[in-house]
Amino acid sequence: MISPKIKELKHIAKQARKLMVETLICAGCGHPGGAFSSIDLMTALYFDIMKIDPHNPQWDERDRFILSKGHSSIGLYTILHLRGFMDKETLLTFRQDNSLLCGHPDMHKIAGVEMSTGSLGHGLSVGAGLAMVGKMDKKNYRVFVLMGDGETQEGSVWEAALFAAHHKLDNLVGIVDRNMLQIDGCTEDILALEPYRAKWETFGWHVEEIDGHNFKQIKETLERCPVSASRPTLILANTVKGKGISFMERNPAWHGGGLKGDQAEIALQETNAALVED
Amino acid sequence: MAKKSMRHECAKSLVELGAKYNEIIVLEGDLKESTQSIQFQQAYPERYIDCGIAEQNMVGVAAGLALAGKIPVVQSFACFISMRTCEQARTSVAYPRLNVKFVVSHGGISPGSAGTTHHAIEDIAIMRAIPNMAVLVPGDAEEAKQVLHAALAYEGPVYIRLSASDTKDIYTERDVFNIGRATLLREGNDACIITTGTMVAVGVEAADQLLQKGVKTRVIQMASIKPLDHGIIEQAAKETEAIVTVEEHNILGGLGGAVCEVVAETGGVRVKRIGIKDHFSDVGTATCLLNKEEITVQAIAKNVLGMLK
Ligand SMILES: Cc1ncc(C[n+]2csc(CCOP(=O)(O)OP(=O)(O)O)c2C)c(N)n1
Repeated sequence: MISPKIKELKHIAKQARKLMVETLICAGCGHPGGAFSSIDLMTALYFDIMKIDPHNPQWDERDRFILSKGHSSIGLYTILHLRGFMDKETLLTFRQDNSLLCGHPDMHKIAGVEMSTGSLGHGLSVGAGLAMVGKMDKKNYRVFVLMGDGETQEGSVWEAALFAAHHKLDNLVGIVDRNMLQIDGCTEDILALEPYRAKWETFGWHVEEIDGHNFKQIKETLERCPVSASRPTLILANTVKGKGISFMERNPAWHGGGLKGDQAEIALQETNAALVED
Repeated sequence: MAKKSMRHECAKSLVELGAKYNEIIVLEGDLKESTQSIQFQQAYPERYIDCGIAEQNMVGVAAGLALAGKIPVVQSFACFISMRTCEQARTSVAYPRLNVKFVVSHGGISPGSAGTTHHAIEDIAIMRAIPNMAVLVPGDAEEAKQVLHAALAYEGPVYIRLSASDTKDIYTERDVFNIGRATLLREGNDACIITTGTMVAVGVEAADQLLQKGVKTRVIQMASIKPLDHGIIEQAAKETEAIVTVEEHNILGGLGGAVCEVVAETGGVRVKRIGIKDHFSDVGTATCLLNKEEITVQAIAKNVLGMLK
């Protein structure tokens, strides 16, 4: 039996995918692939896992989320809209002249965006800093940092990994959207990451591997975070780039680009059909 | 007027140069379509390394390749090379004066609505402040090709900044680019507009409009930001009544800064710097952002007229 919460999360993710398609059509540009691979994770975080209050975005005790893979902004913006941080009109201005919604998120433009990102490999360090204050000031918040797998080729990610383990930041949760693709191809062909899980483990992290599209696994695992006392947690989420749009799935060509013409039609049909199923 | 992508044209030239210089090795940071280094990869797969999303390592590796006699051409976006790899570029490349060429795309605010993280409005200032580093900012496809040729004929580190935007043709094959030399595009002794990069087209158009109002405006394109053509600036300071600099860059430390440094020592004329006024951008296309910043033909003409009053 599927629990009502999981049913609800699935439904929200379907709504999110449809809204992302609509917004990408309006914008004529954007980064679909990595947003569709990570939208299920973001849905679970914002609608189930994280302690947040859309009416009080600066609430001191809130859990923090950093979208280190800032190019997946369309996913974050859509979730922030669905969660009540911004209206649909604002969402649909994504990347247009004078919009508040930059291609890579700006924390001073939209409530709910915790950190300005877009240059890869910055987020985990910033998350470690936030987590450090949580420890110093004895706060209970957790810090979630979503990274791309390609992003973790950056050396700075591993400096942060060392730091977080050294300082026993068990309130820090790194999530890697392991969709196997970066821009120029498969991570294993460009700059291999495997054995990937073992790398994080040797760096002193507790690793949980999940299917990043299976809400039961996402929920059960993220709920338990921090999983290990005195160690940061890394969620290795196996995902499909472009998940939910047939022609985008596993296709590196859909890292970036707008939706137009026939493809826009197909994407709309597919995301609509998924919603009707419910 | 024809518009071209300097990235595509430059990449084509790099493939041609690959035949002439066997030592060229192209290094890419997971942006091969955007930089168009894919063209070199297709022509010379064995002389191409996609280093992934690890720019600092890429520049360090380039230094090693150069130490061993190769000519590394490092490609990525202007923001990541000038800022993420700044110390590798300075300490491992410029300091030992290694023969590394940085050919970076998406200079200035040309990434448009991708946003501030992807804009490079500081890169000219940063790279210019590094000893031994030549800094070249071409304005159209032809100039970009010539800049690339000159950079490869030159021994030592060079930073070439290309735009993501398509550009109007200003130069032809009859024009000649030399490192350390500016090019004179319009004669005139009333005022002088000095441009760099893609701003050349805007500068020329402003001068043509001013001429219709009877104001003879000299236009100088300063693609070679460093080494800088001091002579041509000193001459403009002596012979014209006002200098306006135009760049797709912060007004601090870039072309405007470089021109002011020369004029401050020679004296003789006021300089107005047009560029991004030391703040991070809003959201919009490149054109929208240029309009907002008043980096336009109209704004340049207005500034020239204002200074001549
Ligand atoms: C420092 C830095 N280098 C390069 C880029 C350009 N870039 C944007 S997204 C991307 C690929 C990211 O791949 P991955 O992290 O796997 O993200 P996903 O596949 O989930 O979209 C690159 C190279 C960047 N934003 N920042």
